[in-house]
Amino acid sequence: MRKALTGAYAAAEAMRQINPDVVAAYPITPQTPIMERFAYFVNNGLVDTELIRVESEHSAMSAVVGASAAGARAMTATSSVGLALMFEVVNVASGLRLPIVMNVVNRALSAPINIHGDHSDSMACRDAGWIQIYSENPQEVYEHTLLAIKLSEDHDILLPSMIMQDGFITSHSVEPVDVLDDEVVKQFVGEFKPKHSLLFDKNPLTVGALELYDYFFETKRQQEEAMNVVKQKYYSYAEELSKLTGNKYPMVEKYFLDDAEVAIVALNSAVSTTKVVVDRLRAEGKKVGLLKIRLFRPFPYEEVQDALKNVKFVGVLDRSFSFGADAPVFAEIKNALYDLEVKPKLQSYIFGLGGRELYERDIENAFNQLLSGDVSKEKRYLNLRE
Amino acid sequence: MKKSWKEIPEGGLIVEPHTSLENKTGTWRSFRPVWDPQKCIHCMFCVFYCPDNAIPITKDDKPKRLDTNLDYCKGCGICANVCPTKAIEMVEEGDDQ
Repeated sequence: MRKALTGAYAAAEAMRQINPDVVAAYPITPQTPIMERFAYFVNNGLVDTELIRVESEHSAMSAVVGASAAGARAMTATSSVGLALMFEVVNVASGLRLPIVMNVVNRALSAPINIHGDHSDSMACRDAGWIQIYSENPQEVYEHTLLAIKLSEDHDILLPSMIMQDGFITSHSVEPVDVLDDEVVKQFVGEFKPKHSLLFDKNPLTVGALELYDYFFETKRQQEEAMNVVKQKYYSYAEELSKLTGNKYPMVEKYFLDDAEVAIVALNSAVSTTKVVVDRLRAEGKKVGLLKIRLFRPFPYEEVQDALKNVKFVGVLDRSFSFGADAPVFAEIKNALYDLEVKPKLQSYIFGLGGRELYERDIENAFNQLLSGDVSKEKRYLNLRE
Repeated sequence: MKKSWKEIPEGGLIVEPHTSLENKTGTWRSFRPVWDPQKCIHCMFCVFYCPDNAIPITKDDKPKRLDTNLDYCKGCGICANVCPTKAIEMVEEGDDQ
């Protein structure tokens, strides 16, 4: 059924159909409408979820960690400084291998205080051991949330997932979203079957024991292996979902890349804006293309390398800094291309911090620089007052 | 023998009881208690004070202590401190070997 949904409501709609056992959350702009909408579903008896209202995001993640360890399917959602406040327990969730699924509405981190979208929150968590999936629009928010449940709960994976969407641009903008029937989603996600649980295991179970130098390293090595398994199993779940939705979920999506001479790499809502510019420049006969990154953790190095190997100049759009170093997406793209004999020339573009607009003309300027071979080792900034 | 990363439960979970028996913690010790059975009067002070239950005893009506279990003794020295007959001496690890 086609519904008019914001990105936030699309996340809540997916949560309603998944019908998690436990949700704990604390309101934070621009995530609030997800939990407002989900609380409405709880209040009206449309889900069986135990909704725990907590006093902070640190408690929200702690509550879902406890619920998940007990054997419940547990979900939450957050943004920005809320995610930052969770950070300690975000790492506990992945370290304990709990398949928690969390929608993150991207918003700038303080200070200066700012409520608008950039990726400094989720990028600060990129090494926290969570699967990270970035969403171009509300439709993808909905579908990625369903896909994340399957990936996270696989017994060979057991890693938590974050599904990202841009604050306000996606979370508060209404778009048509094709929603599957409730029964179809119920069949797709299936009944939650924890591998181990405090409540349902026959043997006594200890969760969160101390591990020092004799076992900690082995436990961390397992987490890295689980990320490898995500890459191995990703497409089987993605294809299962494709059969239901008719949409495709490649780890990276190529848009007019096959004969492109220059390309831009982007994720989240900037992808849609870039597609508009690609369409226009293509109509003018310019060989431009776009690579969209859907899966950011684990990072699809081989897929990126394959997609960009014939492109001469690549511009990478980052909506966050890694201060004093290459920006997060740019660094990964550069890594991915290192093994190529003939490497594309790269340009790092920073844009959109704190919700600064990204206009079509900004992307067109970037494309024109790439088309004229004008790249440098310095970062460049789109729509910044110099 | 410690297990490889492929052999242990994920996430540091402990999924069966008695695993502490496999986890020898005596390597933390820098001082080792040396017990002199000739001086010992089996008063059980050391047994009750030992924070790690590392001093085994016989299962008799009048139990006698046995030699300290060095797989778990951390070398805290409480046993030597409370011993009324000075039957326990703390020796630095490696000194007499």
